[in-house]
Order: sequence, then structure tokens, then C-alpha cells
Amino acid sequence: MSDPKHLVVVGNGMVGQRFVEELVDRDDGAWHVTVLAAEPVPAYDRVSLSSLFDGATLDDLTLADADTFQNHRVELHLNCAVDSIDRDERVVHVRDGGEGPVPYDHLVLATGSDPFVPPIPGADLDGCFVYRTFEDLEAIRQWASSDTVRSGIVIGGGLLGLEAANALHNLGLDTHVVEMADRLMPQQLDGPASAVLRKAVHDLDVSTHLSFATDRIEGDDGRIHSIVEKDGTRIEAQMLVFSAGIRPRHQIGEAAGLVIGERGGIVIDERCMTSDSAISAIGEVACHQARVHGLVAPGYEMARTLASVLTGENKDLDIAQTPTKLKLLGVDLATFGDPTGDAGPDAERITFEDPRSGIHRRVTVADSVVVGGVCVGDLSSFDLLASLVGTKLDGLPSAPDIGKLIIPLSLLGETVAFELPDDALVCSCNNVTRGEVKCAIADGSHDVGTLCANTRAGTGCGGCKPDVSSLLVEELERLGIEVDRSICEHFALSRQQLFDLIRFHQHRSWSEVLTSHGRGRGCDVCRPAVASILASLANGYVLDGDQAAIQDTNDHALANMQRNGTYSVIPRIPGGEVTPRQLIELGQIAEDFNLYAKITGGQRVDLLGASLHELPLIWQRVLDVGLESGHAYGKALRTVKSCVGEVWCRYGVQDAVGMAIRVEKRYRGLRSPHKLKSAVSGCTRECAEAQSKDFGLIATETGWNLYLCGNGGRTPRHADLFATDLNEEEVIRYLDRFLMFYIRTADRLQRTAAWFEQLEGGLDYLRSVIIDDSLGIAEELEADLARHVETYQCEWEATLADPDRLEHFVEFVNAPDQHSTPVWITERSQRVPAPSGAAT
Amino acid sequence: MSAVQWHRVCRADQVRPDRGVAALAGDPAEEPDMVAIFRLGAVNDDHPEQWWAVDHTDPVTGAAVMARGLVGSADSTPTVSSPIGKERYDLRTGKPVVGSGPALAVWPIRLVDGHVEVGAPSADSETQRTEQ
Repeated sequence: MSDPKHLVVVGNGMVGQRFVEELVDRDDGAWHVTVLAAEPVPAYDRVSLSSLFDGATLDDLTLADADTFQNHRVELHLNCAVDSIDRDERVVHVRDGGEGPVPYDHLVLATGSDPFVPPIPGADLDGCFVYRTFEDLEAIRQWASSDTVRSGIVIGGGLLGLEAANALHNLGLDTHVVEMADRLMPQQLDGPASAVLRKAVHDLDVSTHLSFATDRIEGDDGRIHSIVEKDGTRIEAQMLVFSAGIRPRHQIGEAAGLVIGERGGIVIDERCMTSDSAISAIGEVACHQARVHGLVAPGYEMARTLASVLTGENKDLDIAQTPTKLKLLGVDLATFGDPTGDAGPDAERITFEDPRSGIHRRVTVADSVVVGGVCVGDLSSFDLLASLVGTKLDGLPSAPDIGKLIIPLSLLGETVAFELPDDALVCSCNNVTRGEVKCAIADGSHDVGTLCANTRAGTGCGGCKPDVSSLLVEELERLGIEVDRSICEHFALSRQQLFDLIRFHQHRSWSEVLTSHGRGRGCDVCRPAVASILASLANGYVLDGDQAAIQDTNDHALANMQRNGTYSVIPRIPGGEVTPRQLIELGQIAEDFNLYAKITGGQRVDLLGASLHELPLIWQRVLDVGLESGHAYGKALRTVKSCVGEVWCRYGVQDAVGMAIRVEKRYRGLRSPHKLKSAVSGCTRECAEAQSKDFGLIATETGWNLYLCGNGGRTPRHADLFATDLNEEEVIRYLDRFLMFYIRTADRLQRTAAWFEQLEGGLDYLRSVIIDDSLGIAEELEADLARHVETYQCEWEATLADPDRLEHFVEFVNAPDQHSTPVWITERSQRVPAPSGAAT
Repeated sequence: MSAVQWHRVCRADQVRPDRGVAALAGDPAEEPDMVAIFRLGAVNDDHPEQWWAVDHTDPVTGAAVMARGLVGSADSTPTVSSPIGKERYDLRTGKPVVGSGPALAVWPIRLVDGHVEVGAPSADSETQRTEQ
């Protein structure tokens, strides 16, 4: 490999730092990076500076990960301001000479901006500050520590101004914010949203003065004592902070002859390149489409884009689409698309407003297209709302009900708190406790992969991975770190978001889903997740079209692969009821194909050890005796177990077998986020163990008690009694709604028990949705389930009826008659895989 | 580079996009090698159609199953996952995408007249592929 090229980054603010991290992530040795930073400390979280007055230290805010600078070809030089750029020689000159000119092959300018100090008389009095760096805050802190300083003014009611106000408030000052516009955060918020924010600010005893044009600042002995408005209104204060906007720090670029925007900033194109293709600019020093962006999110998007471009990927800036979430003076705020709602006279604004709870949520639709929106005080469903930007609502048969999405989820229920002790085992394979996992999270393992690698949890059988991932989510939320619920690197969406989008856009193929919402080629995580969603919604043959490409290995073979590459055959035996003729034939099949036979925990017969090419031959015989696919290979309904019930049992009070068969036949083949198990007991003795199932029924004298969200397995959970003494029709109605609601909203591989534990509002909430239809979706849920029932077909019957579908049940494409031969041994008179599992 | 011995194994249209097939390469009389052949479908300019060939034997369990694994990408790396242990392998090098577990041998592969041909496996895991 050739020597790495020299990349010089000027500036180590938030965007400069993010760029270096993004580049190091992607780069495989093409670049050697030198960072020249003017400040004496490495990059820190400028947006949260005010927390320094609330107990945080600079270390807490430091962004630079020491590893970035140690483990990679990255050098950081602090206190190293750049004087000039020599574009002909491709070197930068460092102030005071340093160690001489620094050569570059590519130069990145991330010099940020300076605070704008408006030309007001008196702006140079002592006690007037700007709010930008760690040192600015130190100066503010020192000044405010004097007993004579009791109140402070912030000029500017924008994002940074409110942050500055928070800082003064935390220092114990009587705080005023003055803003020239008629509302706070005029760049981001419209009037009503701003009013909600203003009320929250007032609740903190911070005063606001809107439409306030400062005429002059007055003082004694060179120290500020008040500001005066044009009409003579006066506010007294012993200190003042300017936060009236930013001016891009573009001087070295301008001096080097780079093109500068009309209102400042170095002009960049869609790939962050300046007028010199060897120089790029990112963050607040850059001017993109005549605009300088003062928020961090667009800066991060520039960092990502430039890192991609410099490592040979194709990527253009996508700033308008960057949704922004922040917390300001304790208020959650998020905007997407064009948030101000300034979309012309015909724009429709769909709004939810609850001033008493401090909530304002709005989506603006113009010409039937979602153009933007804002959420203040409550960010529920924000990601889904944000994903709808640019969506044309007309002409779609099932346009999303934005009215419903705009209602905050928080109004619908309370969070259930539940915590296990730290010494509880998470991973029994490697003996890893919750406490150890939590420590690793606190130490920076913030994604499941890293967490598992660092703790070894989930690296054995993998069965605890869902628990590791929910513990991660819990801990990150507790630590106040934003939680990434993305399915995988290819979809920046949770399963529920993806489900909603697929349902809304009526996608029917993998390629549609991947091109519209994903990136790359997908993987063994997202492909089966999308396959499951498509199957839940459309219920076509799972191997038709490009769906064949995304089915998990088991779904693709319509059989469960075992440790030696052979498969199991498990026919459906509804309610565990089987005729002698069927049992005899299953035994005969096992003998003919030398299969190992076992009774499963779900009252079925498991035949193990079938080769891929034998599956169609075996299943033809299974079908011939009147049995069908048991979907043991899918994340789908497995079994509905039952006791013999009142037909035989002296204690039974209802027909448990009949009910189990009815339930199993209704939900057979229903693809879901994880497998579903059920049971029906004919009396309160509960012989079928219905309370350990995803859904269970226990007979009463007058009907059925319905239990939901139980689990056996590695984390047993007793099901909750959901409703009592239901008749059969009620049972079916509630089950239809429950199952579809779970399928819609659960994460991938999340059983109903884990889903229920995380459901905000718990059992009361679930009852309100299923029984009282509080979300108004019961009809949809029932319709989705009814479509499943109507279109159900046995997948093995459908496969055997079509020669094309049988083509892939051949082991070697060029030698259909030859087969690999796993090593077998005999144990207790049956054939089982040799322990090492070696194949020849 | 020494001459590679090419074996014609199947027609290209016998391999469905984004799935694999297993094939036997070599003399049927002399215990031929089991090869897993993958055709990654075209997604966009960054992800054009690609063909790859690796061992059909799962290096962790020894089971002959790799052709039945799911394909995908990790960043720009084309991958296949073992259907048994879900370990993810780089199709270009045969190495695991994470960790230092055992690797798959990579086979040279090419398309000739609508047919898929694989060569003898390269000793140094040098990458070979055909793009269309």
C-alpha cells in the first residue's frame, strides 16, 4: 500500500472532532490526520457548556476519545492557531512558527464561528461577556461570584442565548433574556411553539423581554449597571452576555482567496468542497446554499458527508432532512423538515396543544405533502413523524392518521418501573451478571456488539442477546444517553417504525423496502426482520419474488436446521390431538428416512436428521396423511397445547381441546417478531400450563379467563390475567387485537413477555388499547388479522404444488444425486449427530 | 501468476440473486470439493452485482451449510453469515468480520458464456471476483 496522504484539520470543535471520528471509522489507512486546534483543550460539548454551572466538569463534556488519538494515525496539536494557508505550496503556517509549515494533501477548515457582538454603545463595559468557550464561561463564573452581582441579562433569545440564560440561572442570578424578534428561538419555532417554551422558561423564574431592541448599555466606573431600550425601558443588571448570533471564522480562508458567501462563511458545494478542491469546510465556518448553519446537527451531517467523500464513497449533503432534537432549560424540543410552518397560505397545520403540561406538537402539510413539524415538551412518535417528510399523503389508500400520531403517547399511560438485582445472571453461558453488563455500559460500551465483546455476554448460545439489548436500552436511558433502537446498520429505524412505514407505503418486496428506507445490502438481522413484517402484513408465499432472498435459513428451507446441517420435521398437531393413523404414518416416515423421533414440549412429534433433498419427499407423506406444516421453522405461532378438558376429565368445565384447535387453526402461520406459544386448560388445575405462554386460556364455569404475556424459557414470567369469564367470540376478538398489536409494536426477537415489560402503562394500558380501543386502531388490527386468516395456506402444500419452488431443495446444484454425509452415531437405538459435528 | 484450473459448475441463472448454491468442484471420482457460490444482486452503483465463492463447510461446526447462509453487507464489505452460529464472514477474504475465529477459504470465480466457473482455492486468500 502507498504511503498515507496528509489530511490537516484546522479546528477541534464539535464538528471537527466528529469529522475525525467519522473518518477514522471509514478510513483503512489512506490518510494521516493532523488536527490543529486553537483552544488549549481538546473538543468538548459546547452545546452543554451551561452544565458546568450545574455540577459537571470539563472532563464530563470532553468529546475526544483518547483512543481516537492513540490508536490511529491522528495527531492533535493544541494551542496551535493557524495563521495562513499557502494554496500553491499546499502548506498551512502556524502562528508563532511552531515547528514550521504543515504540508497537506487535503485541508479541512472547521474553525467554527465567533460570537457576534452587536455595535451597541457600551458593549465594551466591564461585565459584558460573550458565551462561546470554556474560558468565556470561566470569566462569567468569576464575575458572577462577586456579591455585588445579583442579576444578569442575555441579549439574544435563540438556542445559545437560552443556554446562556440557563448558565446564569444556575449561577443563582436573577436572569433576563431580551430578544429583538417577537418570540424565542425565532429561527426554529413558530409563535405557538415558542409560547410553550416561553412558559417553561418563566416557570424557572427566568424573565423574557420580546420585541426588545437594545439602544445602549449604561454603566458606572466602566462597569455595566443596566440596558436601555429605544423607548426608554430599562433593565438593571450587573452583568450581560451577548448571544446575538454567530459570525463564521472564515478569515484564513478569505485571506487565501477562497470564495466567501454574501453573509460570511466559506462557500461549499454538496460534497463540502470549497472553491479549491484540495480544501473543504464544515460546520459553522461553512456557507452551504447561501446559509450558515448554527446548529450542531447540520454540522455533523457535513462531517459525515466529508468523511464519506474523502474515503471514496458517494454522498451528498442532506441537511434539510436532518431532524434536530435538543433539551433546553429542561424542555425537550425537536424539529424536522421546515419547522417554522412557513409553507404558504394553503398549508394545513395539524396541532396538539396542552399548555398546562407544556406540550406543543405540530405537523405542517402543504399540497398533501408533509413539509415539517415541531414537538415541544413531548417527543413521542417523533422519529415516525420525521420520517414522513416529503411523503405525499394523497392517492394512498391508507394515509397515516397524523391526527393520531400528534397525540403524545405520554398522555396514555404511566411507565412501569421494574428492576432486578445487580448480581442476577444475564448470560448463563459465560456467567455474566447484570452488574458487570451495567459497568461495561457505564465504561462506554454503547452498542450491543461492543457490549457483548467486552463482557462476553451473549457470545455463548446467544439466547440472552435480547436481554443484553434491553438492559443496554434501560441503562442508556438512565444515563441520559440517546438510545439507538435501529435494527442494524442498514436501517436507522426501530422495528416498529419500519413496520409502520411498510404498512403505510404498502411495500410488498425487499428491494422496495431497502431502496426506500435502508442502505447497503442488508444483513442476516434486517433481512429476516423485513421478511417477517412483509409476511405479517401480506401473508403471501414467503419464498416468492425477492422475498426468498431475505428469509432466514430455516424459513428458506421450511425446516429447522440442526447443528450438523440436517433438518427437523415438525407437523402441526393442533391442540395435541392426533389420530392413530397419523401417528403410525409419522413413525413409518421416521423409520423409512432413519429419523430420530421425539415428543416436543408443545405436544407435537419432532423428526430430526432429514437432509435438504429429503424434505419434499417427507412432507409429501406428512400431507398425505392429513397433517400440515407446523411452522416450527418460523418466528410464528408454534403450538396451542391443551389438556383433555371436560370431554374426558372428571374436573374439566369446558372443552379445552376444541378451543385449543379453534385458536391454533385461526393463528397458524402468523409471522410475528418472535415465536408465539399458547395453551388452553379445561379447569383451574391448569394442566396445560397456560400461564407460562404468550397467551393462555383457563376455563371457568361460565367461560374463559384470558392470560397474556407469560413465558417459560430462560426468563420465566407468569402471564397476567387480562380479562375474565369471556365467551368464545370475545376471546377471539381480544386475541386478534392483542396479537396484531404485538406484531406491530414489538422489537425484533422480542417475546410478548419482554414486550409487555417495556410497554409504558403496563396492563391498564394494554387493556385500554385491546378492550376499550383507546388508540382507535382495533378495527385495523382485526382487519389485518382477518386478512391473515382468509389467505392462510400451508407452506409445504404450496411448495409441493409447484415444481419451480422445489428447485432449491437440492444440495449440490451440479450433482443432484450426491449428498454430503454428516457423521452419525447411535444412541439409545436412534441415530444422532456425532458430538464433534464434523462432516466429510 | 500460475494458471488456475477452472471448473464449470452451473449456469448463472441457476443462482438466485442474494442466495447461494452449493456445488462440487473437481473430479467426481476423487472426492470433489464442496464450494458455496453466492450471487449478490445489484442494489445501486455502490453495490453492483457481485459473484463470490467460498468453502461450503462451516469452519466452526464442520457442517456443509455455508451456501444456505444469508448474504449482506457490513459497510462496504460483502458478507455471508453461517446459518448455524451466525458468524459473519467477509466474502472477499473469507475472514470473520469481527473477532479472530477460523476463516473460510476463498475460491476464484468467473462468469464465462453465462456459466459459473470456480478455480482452485488460492493459498493466500487472494481475492477474486467478477463484476457485471
